[in-house]
Amino acid sequence: MMSNTLWAAILGMFAVTFLIRASFLVFGQRLRFPPAVVQSLAHVPVAVLTAIVVPEAIAPGGQLQLSLANPYLIGTLVAGLIAWKTGRTLTAVMLSFIVFGVMRGLF
Amino acid sequence: MTTKRLAALSGARDILPLVIGTTPFAIIFGTLAVSAGLPPLAAMALSIFVFAGSAQFIAINLLSGGAALPVIWLTTFVINLRHALYSATLQPVARDWPLPWRALTAFWLTDECFAVFERRLQTAGETNALPYYIGSALFFYTNWVCWTAIGALLGNQIPGLAALGLDFAMIATFAAMVAPQLKTSTPVCVAIAAGSVAWFAHALPYKLGLILAAMIGVLVGVILDFRRQRLSAASVVEAE
Repeated sequence: MMSNTLWAAILGMFAVTFLIRASFLVFGQRLRFPPAVVQSLAHVPVAVLTAIVVPEAIAPGGQLQLSLANPYLIGTLVAGLIAWKTGRTLTAVMLSFIVFGVMRGLF
Repeated sequence: MTTKRLAALSGARDILPLVIGTTPFAIIFGTLAVSAGLPPLAAMALSIFVFAGSAQFIAINLLSGGAALPVIWLTTFVINLRHALYSATLQPVARDWPLPWRALTAFWLTDECFAVFERRLQTAGETNALPYYIGSALFFYTNWVCWTAIGALLGNQIPGLAALGLDFAMIATFAAMVAPQLKTSTPVCVAIAAGSVAWFAHALPYKLGLILAAMIGVLVGVILDFRRQRLSAASVVEAE
């Protein structure tokens, strides 16, 4: 069963997401974005995603593990490098998964 | 067949590569959510109501990590704010559509649906734009929801899946999404700033470190943009 908090979290996420997407489409031309906001938006994906990835990669489970034997760290680097080189997200994820799986079996 | 139906069908056809490309992520999302301890119903509700890939993945992390409600909502807001730009882009096209259709268009306004629709508007203009969009978005949405259900079912049936390191799938996906953008100095500095703050602030309660890291990363980007603009303005003056 789902708790009330969980429902509140999900319905709140729905409301926030829908209001953003409906902003101009539903509420029309009365809305204007200041240019500074538009420009800063460009940095959001990199900032948010990196902020999520780094702690999970260097410290899986909360314990700092800057070593070649850390499959999360090596796997993340592999995914990043392949995507950086080729621009193919799915290929990068699949290959990094293989590396991660092999390291999980080895160490 | 009417031209409207044809337009809807070509919408579905054009989004097919993205439907195929996102299917693994829908399965991983469903499985990961259940393995992280969320009820399968919550995984389904996220795909049915929120329908925003990266926000859904982060929600697993936040919901199972005991984040406070405002942190969850604020993170969702920050991650999805780019969709407001899509909304603004489509506003002139959709101006005369009836309100319920505009609301439905907004509800389905993901990166993928927007990208396909934008290409159509540029190549074929606004003829039958609404049926085209509905055809592509409905297909994409239905596929995302169905494969989430299958993923959640898998996670429920095979309890050991979490131990396989499915949590790695999310960070690998995010790393692969960020890396191609790290080709110039500004995004690299943004990533370094956000990454370091995220690590040093990771012990803050309610996942507040994430918000702090994102804000500082964006701030670094804004400052660097501002400096570059001033430098180029200065060099223009010098050249004159």
